[in-house]
Amino acid sequence: MLIFTLKRLLSLALSLIAASVAIFFVVEIIPGDPARLMLGINATQDAVDALRTQMGLDQGVMARYWLWISGLVQGDFGISYTYRVPVAEMVQGRVWVSLPLAMYALLLSTLIAFPIGILAAAKRGSWADWLVMGGTQLGVAIPNFWFAMIMVSILAIKYQLFSAGGFPGWDDPLAAMKALTLPAFVLALPQASILARVMRSSLLDTLSEDFMRTARAKGRTARGAMVHHALRNAMIPVLTIIGLQFSFLLAGAIIIEKIFFLPGLGSMIFTAITQRDLIVVESVVMLLVFAVILVTFLVDITYALVDPRLRRRA
Amino acid sequence: MSLLEINGLKLSIGAAEILHDVSLSVDAGQITAVIGESGSGKSMTAYCVNQLLPRGSVAEGQVQFNCQNMLALDEPSLCNIRGKDIGMVFQEPMTALNPVQTIGAQVAETVLIHGAASKPEALKIARDTLNRVGLPEAQFPLSRYPHELSGGQRQRVVIAMAIALRPKLLIADEPTTALDVTTQSQIMDLLKRLVQEDGMGLLLISHDLGVVADVADHIVIMRKGKVVEQGATQHIFKHMQHPYTKALFEASSHKPDRKAKPLDAPILEVKNLIRDYALPRKSLFGPAPKFRAVNDVSFCLKKGESLGLVGESGCGKSTLTRAILGLEAIQGGSISINGVEVKAGHTVPRTLRRNMQVVFQDPYGSFNPRHKVARLVSEPFHLLDDAPTGAARKAAISEALEAVGMQAADADKYIHEFSGGQRQRIAIARALIIKPELIILDEAVSALDVSIRAQILDLLAALSDKLGLSYLFISHDLSVVRAITDRVMVMKSGVIVEEGPTEAIFQTPQHEYTRALLAAAPSLEDLMQ
Repeated sequence: MLIFTLKRLLSLALSLIAASVAIFFVVEIIPGDPARLMLGINATQDAVDALRTQMGLDQGVMARYWLWISGLVQGDFGISYTYRVPVAEMVQGRVWVSLPLAMYALLLSTLIAFPIGILAAAKRGSWADWLVMGGTQLGVAIPNFWFAMIMVSILAIKYQLFSAGGFPGWDDPLAAMKALTLPAFVLALPQASILARVMRSSLLDTLSEDFMRTARAKGRTARGAMVHHALRNAMIPVLTIIGLQFSFLLAGAIIIEKIFFLPGLGSMIFTAITQRDLIVVESVVMLLVFAVILVTFLVDITYALVDPRLRRRA
Repeated sequence: MSLLEINGLKLSIGAAEILHDVSLSVDAGQITAVIGESGSGKSMTAYCVNQLLPRGSVAEGQVQFNCQNMLALDEPSLCNIRGKDIGMVFQEPMTALNPVQTIGAQVAETVLIHGAASKPEALKIARDTLNRVGLPEAQFPLSRYPHELSGGQRQRVVIAMAIALRPKLLIADEPTTALDVTTQSQIMDLLKRLVQEDGMGLLLISHDLGVVADVADHIVIMRKGKVVEQGATQHIFKHMQHPYTKALFEASSHKPDRKAKPLDAPILEVKNLIRDYALPRKSLFGPAPKFRAVNDVSFCLKKGESLGLVGESGCGKSTLTRAILGLEAIQGGSISINGVEVKAGHTVPRTLRRNMQVVFQDPYGSFNPRHKVARLVSEPFHLLDDAPTGAARKAAISEALEAVGMQAADADKYIHEFSGGQRQRIAIARALIIKPELIILDEAVSALDVSIRAQILDLLAALSDKLGLSYLFISHDLSVVRAITDRVMVMKSGVIVEEGPTEAIFQTPQHEYTRALLAAAPSLEDLMQ
């Protein structure tokens, strides 16, 4: 297990280096001079050159990559071309909205998906299964912006249970959680639908395995066999989906952030792209890649904890 | 009253009637064997005893175990009996264990479910039971996982789970079918010993008369959901009455009539063949370690000859086959087909592969279910440069199907419409269609019922007489190899340890491994005498 973890860590480091090189050079080859962009078309060549020197753009490619990477490691993400403030500061405020939102949504999605997925598998073919399959089909199909608006108009406007939008900050944790609840729920619904379906089909596969019959022959009740033998074996595909969903939720919530006026990473990166604020794009993308690779690493470790057969491979 | 008495048992699943009026009994300390081919209802009879039936099953009649009618008990009472009074061993040891739990936890579970002991005591019972079934602590600590064990070892773990609480009755459903001959005889010995030591009754389900004949006290022959004949083993062997019983015995030791004589010219010559596999790296740097699956193997197969290759799983016989078929490159030595040599570092080219076809074991998995038989059978045409089209293609497909006793009209059907035996005929038709000189039969009859197996062996013999085919016949089943081959090779750990004319090898084996294999293989002929 230790060797497995070390190997996965090494692979994590290598993936990060590869990703950073790819991101840096893709941004490099995008046409357009950031310095000229910032100063506008009427600026003199001298002014542009001066800014280029100040921004370090006149140095060689390798030197700039090294500068960027060593900065990132120390938490220095550079200065935004557009706003002239450190990117780190801009990101920090946003991460504390997007990260809790993603985690909240994932928690809700898991809390909804596990029980209904297990129920549907255990009562295969019954009305409960039929209801879960129909409901999750609907959950996947409903566009989340529409569902968000419905939720806002009913729960926030008519009954005033939740705020319709905005984010009060973490000074009052309760208020912050209240502000995140509706968007998290809206984000969680389609994810929960997918997860519940994966849980159901994975469990059904496991329930038909020979070792389930062995468990019954030992004297386990149907429920006991499900709890002690089926669940853990059915977890691998479910974990894969959870890992993918977290990565998606972290930056893929732009529409929901816009609807609920949440200052998250998604809307920030969207603005940065339209303003050609490449240093922000570069750094935020790198941050997201880091998060995704880290989640993949954690999922890999969980795989190995769940299934001893995976510990030998790496 | 017997330990288990089944009287007038009927079973239907949905609209299908599976069992009609089955009656049999098992006494304490005795072994009752139920023999039948697939679809005979032998396994379902066993599942009626501990009531682990598929959904929608309705059982009627009497299943008296230990003076209680199992059919009348409710689910909680059944859960109490299962595992405690009735243990069960299954056919597939590779999948019968939970892959994510240690063997210790799984054996102790039987004890813990029934609240028979505390956790430390249950683990101690698990340890003792594993010792009893021949898995000593030194090599098999409780912390082992199933994937770290071989098939035979896993089957011992399954048996340990079944007997941990010393049940009164043990049900074993084809417990050795998936195992090698030597492992099979060890497992049968173990079951017999446990029956004697614990005085339990054993209901042994099998399709193989040879396997059970040695150990059973009582034999029940089933066919199509009915008991056709039953009695004491010796009595059945000496005075069998029912024509089906007689046919089953005949088919089990069937020898096809072979007239073809091999020519002197070789079709396949293998010289000093070496096949290595790379193993997972042990360290990050340095070369990956290698496993030599085939080590310096040489042999020659003549035109019209039938050559057997026997050995247990993992001996390298499938790897050898894959190299000959050109599926993998060889690392040393050479393969010559019709005098054209393929050297180390190369795979057998397409032009040579035309002369060979293969028939695999699994009649269910070796066909794409979405294609019609015509397309399946004509697949080998891709090996030809000028494959026939249109009417000529159709004629070739009809000819191949008719050669194996199927009909030309079967070309328009899908594979699920055929039985296992018919599928294996279609697989042979697929091999014949490009008129190869050599057919490699990789456990081609191992998954078939004895009566179907006898038919396929007859078909193979007739085809080789008619078309002058050569066969490389790979099998773990020694009696089949004896029936269909002229010469036989015995393989162990990648090496051919003995080779010679089939009868000579079977009557006077020289190598000790061959002798061990033959001793382990059940033989009906000895019992009949």
